[in-house]
Amino acid sequence: MAIDMQVNGKSVSIEADSDTPLLWVLREELGLTGTKFGCGIGACGACSVHVDGAITRSCRIPVGSVAGKAITTIEGIAAPNGTLHPVQQAWIDAQVPQCGYCQSGQIMAAVALIKKTGRPSPANIDEAMTNICRCGTYPRIRTAILAATGQSIAARGGT
Amino acid sequence: MGVKRRVFLIGGAALIGGGLFAVSWSERAATRRAAKLVGKDKAGVFETWIRITDDDTVTIFSPHVDFGQGSLTALAQMAADELDADWSKIVIESAPVNAAFANAPLAKGFGGELLPFSIPPFLKGLEGSTFALIARNIPLQVTGGSSSVRATGQTGMRVAGAAARHALIAVAAKRLGVLDAELSTANSKVIHATSGRSLRYGELAADAAEMTLVAEPKLKVASDYRFIGKPIPRLDIPPKVDGTARYGMDVKLPDLRVATIMAAPVRGGKLDNVDAAPAMAIKGVEKVVKLDNAVAVVAKGYWQALTGLRALSPQFSDGGHGALSSASIAAAQAAKIKTDKPDNKSGHGDVPAALAASGVKLVEADYAVPFIHHAMMEPFALTAHFKDGKLELWGGVQDPLHTRKAAAEAADISTDHVTFHPMIMGGTFGRRLPGFCEIIGQVVRIAKQTPYPVKLIWSREEEVQQGAYRPQASAHLKAALDKDGLIAGWTTDYAQSGDAARETRFVYDIPAFALRHYEFTTNQHDGAWRSVNSNQNGFYSESFMDELAHAAGEDPYEFRRKHLRPGSRHLAVLDSVAKRSGWGTPLTTGRGRGIAMVESFNTIVAHVIEASVGDDGRPRAHKVWSSVDCGLVVNPDGAAAQIMGGIIMGLSSCVDEAITLDKGAVLQSNFHDYPLLKLAEAPDVEVHFLESDASMGGLGEPGVPPTAPALANAIFAATGKRIRQLPFRSQAKA
Repeated sequence: MAIDMQVNGKSVSIEADSDTPLLWVLREELGLTGTKFGCGIGACGACSVHVDGAITRSCRIPVGSVAGKAITTIEGIAAPNGTLHPVQQAWIDAQVPQCGYCQSGQIMAAVALIKKTGRPSPANIDEAMTNICRCGTYPRIRTAILAATGQSIAARGGT
Repeated sequence: MGVKRRVFLIGGAALIGGGLFAVSWSERAATRRAAKLVGKDKAGVFETWIRITDDDTVTIFSPHVDFGQGSLTALAQMAADELDADWSKIVIESAPVNAAFANAPLAKGFGGELLPFSIPPFLKGLEGSTFALIARNIPLQVTGGSSSVRATGQTGMRVAGAAARHALIAVAAKRLGVLDAELSTANSKVIHATSGRSLRYGELAADAAEMTLVAEPKLKVASDYRFIGKPIPRLDIPPKVDGTARYGMDVKLPDLRVATIMAAPVRGGKLDNVDAAPAMAIKGVEKVVKLDNAVAVVAKGYWQALTGLRALSPQFSDGGHGALSSASIAAAQAAKIKTDKPDNKSGHGDVPAALAASGVKLVEADYAVPFIHHAMMEPFALTAHFKDGKLELWGGVQDPLHTRKAAAEAADISTDHVTFHPMIMGGTFGRRLPGFCEIIGQVVRIAKQTPYPVKLIWSREEEVQQGAYRPQASAHLKAALDKDGLIAGWTTDYAQSGDAARETRFVYDIPAFALRHYEFTTNQHDGAWRSVNSNQNGFYSESFMDELAHAAGEDPYEFRRKHLRPGSRHLAVLDSVAKRSGWGTPLTTGRGRGIAMVESFNTIVAHVIEASVGDDGRPRAHKVWSSVDCGLVVNPDGAAAQIMGGIIMGLSSCVDEAITLDKGAVLQSNFHDYPLLKLAEAPDVEVHFLESDASMGGLGEPGVPPTAPALANAIFAATGKRIRQLPFRSQAKA
């Protein structure tokens, strides 16, 4: 069936079974491979995107349920002129990624957290940032979120 | 002997107006040294490529692959430093998967130099490849601090850079009509200071590439380094924050099909039978492929393939392993240790005499660790296209050359007919080593049955249940304290699959020590999990060292000091971490500090962990201080990140992680029952490097081994409970 939605500001119409997870529509139908497959059960967060602005694990949400909604992926958060989102820039400045596979999801979670709280406290960060990173970049993720929101930081994690 | 020059076109790209340096030599000190280490194998050739094009772009071709360890940037730093290149115009690319980039003797030489042993069994299949280096050591740092190490092949990048610079100067001297000695270099230019003239490398490169390169160019001294030792931002990071980095999972090709697979749940079992009809009834499913020990479903997309696979009811045999369980393994290992008939042993001194001496205090303890899983964030994904007798492959593996060979064997074609495109990896930690990559044979066999390119994706469930786990192991440790409270003798008896001696370096200076291995195989792979056997052996040794300190009535830090040689690197590392962590100063009630030091992969790492135990009995690390001596540090920021990552992964593994077997099959299936540490439980980590002249050590792995014992020792300090079995979970509950 045809499903209409907005993806990164553009209207798209997808031919897919409505129970197909949004993740696979993004990756295989729309070619947006920045959103990653990690676990398929919504446990790791590598597939995190925004649905109408809310952080959502796309491997667990059927595409049929997002008809008419606005989806934002990692490919859609930079400015139209290509300037990186402040969170992306903070990720580079803090040299966060190692293998990088989970980082699209981490960044999408951080963008949503900052949108919601403005200047997240360390407790807000602990509570909201539940995506898994196997490389162990968590201390630098904390640093980057604080830096992106103009909060002073003692040191980059792992220094 | 001079250096042979040859033209090498990378990826078929013509080098117009540019020069390509191909440095290769066979009689350099480096190779001689490597040859010496590997016996008569004297004809070693080490090759490194640097390309300079007329727009001044300098491309470094790295024989290594990227899985987040930052080594590619470190390599570029070394080459660019010697070349005096403009960093903004440095590009690093993975070398093509071609035997010309492989270097068996040198790889073996490194293996020998790093560990004083030969290439270990888990790297079988890697030999013959330069990739052995990275797989062996995950080296963020690829150069060493001592001059002897700099003189060896590990400075290949530096030597290549210096040799290329030498040639560029020679060409410039000719053009400017001056002597070489009147010229200097900076920012990819050759400069004649007296006349104020300069020439860009891009203008000189084509002619310079025609020159015979010097075999032993003069290398920079530390005070002249411009990039080495600097926290230069990693080159691979920008594409990892905007979704443009392409992993094996992300391969896109025309007409691509997607497959997913289920192998026999009991490793060693075979596929008995499966009715394909339920899968074929799923929309989008195109084919059910039966393999010897697995069944795969090919479909338009992953979801259809997975839905099809889940509709099947395949029947597998258990390969005779149906009675195996984690409990049965633990019991059998404990019994085997008691036989007193080890399969392998090493050590020094007369341990039995030391333990039997009169007046000594004997201390004994049993330790055990479970299987643990790599849990790389990107599940295996490999794409294959079989067409006209030729095979093309795309994906992320630790050894592309081996992959090419394994794929050729599976397809029953010549290696020359296989093209492999290495992609970056979403983690590996030892999982993607050859020997464990069953996916290579799987995808090739599936691709041979389909006219289209096929991407085989392992589900997370397949990933968790078909792992190449760190082996389950059991140990019994016994030591004698003399009348002065010093260790007179120590023996570690341990049972596991594979001899761990080469990854177990006993760092303390005691009169008698014995390490005794009892071989115990299961139906599982003899896996290599980040830091390999240093991991569990570090846990035994450094926990037991703490037990001995308490038995001797000593402070654990002071007790360790008494067993280290004055002036040693180990003592310096231990003192550093104690000082930085405020060892001995008062702590908040309920908290304890634990200290542990392990040398692995030629790097000495000591941690102090400050921890407490929650009401639920779960340990919580609040802060970790780590002091590290790995010789010279090429990129301090990347180096710190590797140690930090090792600590977090080490904490995750010892607090929660366990793969358990029942009826021969793995019980866990995904992150709900194989939980990994999350950000909320990640401690602050402070890493400090003690620069030394010691030979190069690794950085990817050595942060892991001291973590579990430091936490165990902190739990003991906080609660008085000694935990000798991993994972900790809630064992410390009051």
